[in-house]
Amino acid sequence: MTQWSGYFGLILQGALVTIELTLMGSVLALFMAFLAGMGRLSRFFVLRALATAYIEFFRGTSIFVQLFWAYFVLPFIGISLTPLQAGVLALGLNVGAYAAEVVRGAIQSIGREQYEACTALNLGRWQGMRHVILPQALLVMLPTFGNNAIELLKATAVVSLISLTDLTFQAQVVRSQTGNTLVPFATILIIYFVLALLISWGVRSLERRMARGLDGVRA
Amino acid sequence: MEWDWNFVWEIMPTLIQGVKITILATLLGSVLAAIVGLGIALARRSPNRALSRTVGFLAEFIRGTPLLVQLYFIFYVLPDIGILLPPLVAGVIGLGLHYGTYTAEVYRAGIDNVPRGQWEAAKACNLSARQTWTHIIIPQAIPPMIPALANYFIAMFKETPLLSAITVLELMNQAKSVANTYYRYIEPITLVGAFFLVISLFSVVLLRWLERHYGKIER
Repeated sequence: MTQWSGYFGLILQGALVTIELTLMGSVLALFMAFLAGMGRLSRFFVLRALATAYIEFFRGTSIFVQLFWAYFVLPFIGISLTPLQAGVLALGLNVGAYAAEVVRGAIQSIGREQYEACTALNLGRWQGMRHVILPQALLVMLPTFGNNAIELLKATAVVSLISLTDLTFQAQVVRSQTGNTLVPFATILIIYFVLALLISWGVRSLERRMARGLDGVRA
Repeated sequence: MEWDWNFVWEIMPTLIQGVKITILATLLGSVLAAIVGLGIALARRSPNRALSRTVGFLAEFIRGTPLLVQLYFIFYVLPDIGILLPPLVAGVIGLGLHYGTYTAEVYRAGIDNVPRGQWEAAKACNLSARQTWTHIIIPQAIPPMIPALANYFIAMFKETPLLSAITVLELMNQAKSVANTYYRYIEPITLVGAFFLVISLFSVVLLRWLERHYGKIER
């Protein structure tokens, strides 16, 4: 009989790394999403072009290739990243590109009359965005952001291939030490699923909180 | 380290070999995902509650867990119960199952988008259930689905590098083996990124055309 408790501890450590990666990646993704999403709506051509290039590049190549590029190629041009840094960078930039389109779509989905009302109230571009458009657009973005966060969680499994000791990596360690394949893989599948459920549950309750007071404003 | 064009031309044939396997895996995976998705969508509409609930939960589970771990599961755990699959077959099954749960949603939305009046008209014309599906519902439901389906097939294409983790000799794996032989990472990994970017950009053009041709689907 194998000592499962010790191996379970190993998998829990991996779960912590996965959660850490998901959180840090999400923060970077959120930042990039607003930067690039608003950049695409900018009045300035250069900003629009930069944002579009970023979005198309990171959506067009695979997360896997981006991660390998960050980890194996950047050192040759003088930027050495630890596996964790490379993981957060690749995950955040990749998911950020997808989320940027969500930001753009949500801002564009706000009706013309809201923009006209901003003009009528003599609000500046930034003021209107900050006080009128974004509070409404944020609610539209939230459900899709939740899906993006789950995609990010799932993408973290890839970092195990650049020797970051996340859930998937630890499961491989347990597999090679015990020779049992079913238990470690089934365990981490369930952990991933529970984490995904937590994210969607969290986003749903956040959505309810933010929708408060907006009843009747939008369907 | 400098970019070396001679090295690029030297490794090109190997990479092209990899591209072929990548495309083959994407095509086979797409076919499987289209079939699995239809199966899931139909099972979830089944009047049998046990069936629709079970399939619904399984689909949710597969969608909430990383493809990489699912691939490991198929490739490493199934042999324990006597099912030994070649890497490419295991990879295609993994891709097909994973993306099948996504295409199921596309089918569901497509079928739900057929107006109620069509069902009622079919009933009024005394069509049988089979006739209703083949002559009324499917012909109206399929065209708006095509862009959304194509979108997922492109997403699947970008996930194929994961197959390298279960020893399929696709593009990423070829690049890695070349890189490990010559200790040069810049060219192979960058070329993989370039291949993906070029093929993705082409497929985006194709997608836009499909969207214009078949109309957008509301999701």
